[in-house]
Amino acid sequence: MNGFLMSTDRRPMLLMTPALLWLFGLMVVPCLLILVLAFFRRGIYGGIEYTWTFENIALVFDPLYFQIFMKSAGIAGLSAAIACVLGYAAAYAIAAMPRRHQPLLLFFAVLPFWSNYLVRTYAWIVLLNREGLIVNLARWIGYEGELPSMLYTEQAVVIGLVYNYLPFVILSCYAPLSRLSPEIAEASRDLGGSAWTTFRRVTLPMTVPGIATGFVFVFVLSIGNFVTPALLGGGQFQMIGNLVYAQFLTANDWPFGAALSMVLIAVMLGLLMGQAVVAERASGGKRAPDG
Amino acid sequence: MPLAESGPPMADRNTFRLMLLILGVVFAFLYIPISVLVGLSFNEGGLPTAWTGFSTKWYGALLENDDILKAAGNTLIVAVFSTLLSTILGTLLAVGVEIRRRNGKWLETVIFAPMIIPDIVLAIALLSMFSLMGVKMGLHTIIVSHVVFNLAFVCAVVRARLKSFDWSIVEASADLGGSTLNTLRRVVIPVLMPAIIAGALLAFTLSVDEFIIAFFTAGAGRSSITLPMQIFAMIRFGVTPEINALATLVMSVSVVALALSQRLNKGGLPGQ
Repeated sequence: MNGFLMSTDRRPMLLMTPALLWLFGLMVVPCLLILVLAFFRRGIYGGIEYTWTFENIALVFDPLYFQIFMKSAGIAGLSAAIACVLGYAAAYAIAAMPRRHQPLLLFFAVLPFWSNYLVRTYAWIVLLNREGLIVNLARWIGYEGELPSMLYTEQAVVIGLVYNYLPFVILSCYAPLSRLSPEIAEASRDLGGSAWTTFRRVTLPMTVPGIATGFVFVFVLSIGNFVTPALLGGGQFQMIGNLVYAQFLTANDWPFGAALSMVLIAVMLGLLMGQAVVAERASGGKRAPDG
Repeated sequence: MPLAESGPPMADRNTFRLMLLILGVVFAFLYIPISVLVGLSFNEGGLPTAWTGFSTKWYGALLENDDILKAAGNTLIVAVFSTLLSTILGTLLAVGVEIRRRNGKWLETVIFAPMIIPDIVLAIALLSMFSLMGVKMGLHTIIVSHVVFNLAFVCAVVRARLKSFDWSIVEASADLGGSTLNTLRRVVIPVLMPAIIAGALLAFTLSVDEFIIAFFTAGAGRSSITLPMQIFAMIRFGVTPEINALATLVMSVSVVALALSQRLNKGGLPGQ
């Protein structure tokens, strides 16, 4: 074997160094900085006072802010659950179509995911606003009464989050569904299981990792979201992302903003580890082959 | 009735109809909002209340809006430079990682992190660092910040390609006396080219679309506003036909770039 391939060679390290330095300087260091910042005091004029304190972390759990945390978690959980139900159904349906059509169906299911997030959210403003398409449609079919405001509500935020992240759930659920071998379900049938029993006892358990991945992904992206609540929830609506935003750009309390993001990251890391455990269990405790 | 060769079991005709219904509902949910937007951008009257005829005048209006043109120019600068940098860094990283093979968990985590770290966290972290270091913010800070997540995506696409790479051609090149640099330049890079271009296209669209990190690292003032920042500001004032047209254009750019990327590198997009 020549030197180029040797894993002990220093040359691979040389290739990796520029990128790793970049990630170190512009990701690891700034994140560590935020971690440290969370334990400093806010200066009188909005600056940072370099004395240690746990006040910021404690303030996150103050009922006033903790309630925003819980509300964000609730909205994120609801969005993730709806996205999982819809996404699983769609993935199941795609996997049930003739093989040759599946790649194209999957491509079109995922395509919106790769278009601009702001634009996708804006599309819902067009539909939901007071002069929007849905109101016009209701008038057109003869509805005369006053319609409840649909934009700037919690429901609008949930719709927006589900809409934006649904394609990811379809992808994560499709992978295990398409790998299911039909013989297993047939075996269940031969043993007298009804279609529903087969789904509930065989298909569903075998595809739980895909659902878990989708759920965690939607939850994580939703709980820290700042664009969707800002646009579909209106100015007053606050989720954790908006609170963090306000600490940095308007309230000028960076240490508190840093503390909020630290708690946010902790919640997300916990969830991701939980998802890794689910994946591990599903693979029968044995490690997935490398690569 | 068509039967799937594998995948979930298909009981009967009714189940198959149910599956078609589900697909219809989900695809309607995914595509109606976008289609309405695109449709309205060509509506002469510009209002969702009535269709008054096909017109491209709202696209013409964009060309006369200096704010939008300036923002588009800035976005192009940011996307081009961050794509160039991240393509070089990401490709070298991918090749290094795949040659080295025995990579610790920490390394995989560092490479994977930029793809899952919440935008808002990376955005405030970078903002804090730049301002504490006294760095003057502008397009250059957006560019270096975008490289962070872009290089991770380029690396992921190139690594996917390297999984099926035939390393024996590298050995052959070395046996024929090629130096490491020559082997890289004349053998490895050409073979990887489709994946590298696919990764670059992906990085380009991610950068064109990225809003939050740009918003936080652009610094004060309007001079380094990007297109998503401009769209965000416009959306907050309400629905206008100009935004519909602009949104349609931005969406088309992403779709075209990604379709190209997909074509070049079948199934190589992260998550697929």
